[in-house]
Amino acid sequence: MRTGRPARVVIAAVATLGLAACAGGGGSSSSSSSSGGTTKAAFNAAVKGVFNPSDKKGGIVKFADEGEPDSTDPGDTYYGYMWDFIRLYTRSLTMFTVAPGDKSNKLVGDLAEGLGQASDGGKTWTYKLRSGLKFEDGTAITSKDVKYGIERSTDKATFPDGPTYYDSLLNWPKGWAGPYKSKGMNTDSAISTPDDLTIVFHLKAPFSGFDYLAMTPQSAPVPQAKDTGAKYKEHVVSSGPYMFDTYQSGKSFTLKRNPNWSAATDPNRKALPDGYEYDMNVNSDDIDNRIAAGDLDIAAVGTGVTPATQSRVLSDPTLKARADNATLARLWYTSINPTVKPFDNINCRIAVEYAMDRTSYQTAYGGPFAGGDLATTLLPPVIPGYKKFDDYPSQGGKGDLAKAKEYLGKCGQPNGFSTNISFRNERPKEKATAEAWQQQLAKVGIKVTPKGYSKKDYFSTYAGNPPYVVKNDLGLVVNGWGADWNDGYGFLSQITDSRVIRDTGGSSNTSVRIPEVDQLLDQAANELNVEKRNAIWGEIDKKVMDQAVIYPGVYAKSLLLRGKALTNVFVNQQFGMYDYVSLGKP
Amino acid sequence: MSGPAVTAAIVVTYILRRLIAAVVLLLVVSMVVFAIFYLFPRWAGATPETLATRYVGRSATAATVKQTAQSLGFYDPVWLQYWHWLKAVFVGQDYNMGAEVEHCPAPCFGFSFQSKSPVWPDIVNRAPVTFSLAAGASILWLFAGVATGVVSALRRGSFFDRAAMSVALGGVSLPIFFTGLIGLAFFSYKIPVFASGGSYTPITHNPLTWAYDLLLPWITLAFLFSAQYARLTRAGMLETMNEDYIRTARAKGLPERAVVVRHGLRGALTPILTIFGLDLGLLLGGAVLTEKTFSLNGLGKYTVDAIENQDLPRILGVTLVAAFFIVMANLVVDLLYAVVDPRVRR
Repeated sequence: MRTGRPARVVIAAVATLGLAACAGGGGSSSSSSSSGGTTKAAFNAAVKGVFNPSDKKGGIVKFADEGEPDSTDPGDTYYGYMWDFIRLYTRSLTMFTVAPGDKSNKLVGDLAEGLGQASDGGKTWTYKLRSGLKFEDGTAITSKDVKYGIERSTDKATFPDGPTYYDSLLNWPKGWAGPYKSKGMNTDSAISTPDDLTIVFHLKAPFSGFDYLAMTPQSAPVPQAKDTGAKYKEHVVSSGPYMFDTYQSGKSFTLKRNPNWSAATDPNRKALPDGYEYDMNVNSDDIDNRIAAGDLDIAAVGTGVTPATQSRVLSDPTLKARADNATLARLWYTSINPTVKPFDNINCRIAVEYAMDRTSYQTAYGGPFAGGDLATTLLPPVIPGYKKFDDYPSQGGKGDLAKAKEYLGKCGQPNGFSTNISFRNERPKEKATAEAWQQQLAKVGIKVTPKGYSKKDYFSTYAGNPPYVVKNDLGLVVNGWGADWNDGYGFLSQITDSRVIRDTGGSSNTSVRIPEVDQLLDQAANELNVEKRNAIWGEIDKKVMDQAVIYPGVYAKSLLLRGKALTNVFVNQQFGMYDYVSLGKP
Repeated sequence: MSGPAVTAAIVVTYILRRLIAAVVLLLVVSMVVFAIFYLFPRWAGATPETLATRYVGRSATAATVKQTAQSLGFYDPVWLQYWHWLKAVFVGQDYNMGAEVEHCPAPCFGFSFQSKSPVWPDIVNRAPVTFSLAAGASILWLFAGVATGVVSALRRGSFFDRAAMSVALGGVSLPIFFTGLIGLAFFSYKIPVFASGGSYTPITHNPLTWAYDLLLPWITLAFLFSAQYARLTRAGMLETMNEDYIRTARAKGLPERAVVVRHGLRGALTPILTIFGLDLGLLLGGAVLTEKTFSLNGLGKYTVDAIENQDLPRILGVTLVAAFFIVMANLVVDLLYAVVDPRVRR
């Protein structure tokens, strides 16, 4: 999911000057807030519990987006906040429990009555749809509509933005290029629908986490007769409690109640508001100001307030009482590339693990509130399977220079060496991180030269392109990863599997090439027992850290600001932001 | 041919020549933009696939990248891609939307690589926002700036003159995202006098709400520009009011007001008109910072978003629109010279 903000340092600094003059603007934070809620407004009130619980219906919830969604089409979106929001007008086979804290890790049936039934060792997954499901026009939702929704999402020429799990895991027939180009092709080898309420998935290989796939928006049903391809996003035919009312490309859209949604078929959604307004391309500082003033309810992107607003929120008790510091399933880290000398020697990699000051990493990312907590493992704490350990301990996380020099001696570089570190130009935090590496490693004689690259080509052409990495001595790569879902597979598969590394570039995994890890990933994919599977994720984490090919920086956090007049506000741990399905108006 | 007929013929010929030159200029601009985004990267070693990676999702496979490059025409030679684009402007083009084929009627500026929506309707949708912003602000800054400049010139060295020029200096020096954000913070959120950011009501829906929504952006933008105009007018007035013909006009017994407005200001207007034409033309192409600050979905914001996403069809579309307005604004200004300054007619 996209989480970085374009650099707006000057605007942020100016906004700080201006906004500091009106600190305390707009908020009252008494325990009996103006919204009439019963929960006392307090910092982190919505992190582990529900702030302002209510069943009151009515009102319009207002969202604003600093940019535009990648798409409102369920087959073509990969932004975490859209996966959160899209549940208002689409339903997938499964969904995460709409509840705060750890409860949201649990998958439940949405369109389906329950989770999938695995057979054939996990190569076949069967789901039974609930009865009585309808689209917004009153036509019945059948398994064929779910099948078609997934089929069309595999046309990556028309829908390039969505994930590719269904493309790669299902047993599609040879030559399958999506329903537009492969009209009439029989795809029962991948998805079969024995009756209107049953859908069966046939995989190429066992995959224990299929219920997570079934959670993705791609499994939202799409009526083939109303599919308009790339234009479908302008009016997605709703299967959820709300439907599109208006849509203005790049400007705004509104949702209104879907008259053909039945609460009886949807135990997961309360559908309290009467509608939603969603404005796009709104200045991010303006979004924060409007939320603080009560003119707006939610910042849709959900990655936290701007740096300018952060200082205001943390210093103003009224605003701080409306803030939540959510932990994300995201790690900011640096890859240590063993393909670049002298990092081919594990002792040189270990030296760097000891040398780096993790607190400077945290500072570069914005401090403990906006940056995150000091990380010593690959898996963030919110991912099942996480175990706390620290292979390279140091006092206060500030690095152990003596140990670093000891390992430099072991790897034959007692006086240090030179290497380059890459970062994305559009991300000032990554640039600051690269500079932090430069400063800290200089203390043990390692000369680090930061090299900035465009974020669009970062993995395809530069830091993720193995020949380029070796040729340009990119021993260190500033990196980051967020789980598609809070499961070890969702987090680890793309950053620890050596088989995703391509010489043509494009992979976020630039440094992990451990055969035992590949085997463990395959083992976990086949393991249907959840506890055993989670234990394997922890084992992979330890192996990667033992090999010192990744330097974990911080477990990401974000500072969110609750709207003044909202009910049922809580952080959905899966998305690392407020749960958009639960919100209501007082 | 009689005198007026000859003059009319000269003017018409002049306008036609300028219009032809404008078309040629727009063509050159489009070629340059195409070259910047497609030719230069190719010369630097970019392949169709590396160009296509900008427009695919993060999990795109090599096959997806190739398909995207194919569908966006990146495998065609650059001149052919340009020709397809140019042809579409005049005759339209069909686009494959997957489930159906959509016809993009002329003028077709292509489909956005990012959003897959046609560019021209997007531009047409956003143009009224920019026009509204530019029109209101330009009227404000012209009157405020010129009036301030005139009074300052006539009361040279007075408290008003010094105060006005100091404020003008502030207006010129302070960036719009500073004044805009301060304005919003104080006058929209702290003391709700003006509408909040992102507010825009089309004039056809409610003219009063339209004006109310844009009042703060107008004032903020006008503050920046009127400062320049005040200084320019003051300098121009100081020069013209010392001319001999002004002394003659006074000697003839003309009222001072007539001397200042009909003779003094008129003479000082030429450079103001030139600058106004340029400024208005530029603004009509999109007041980038103002629109970004006030979250107004106009052409300026559209341009910035297009550049950030390297969305060539959008960039091309807004660049040409902006160039068109600048060229037209300059043409209008040149024609107005003849009205303002009788010496030009001769």
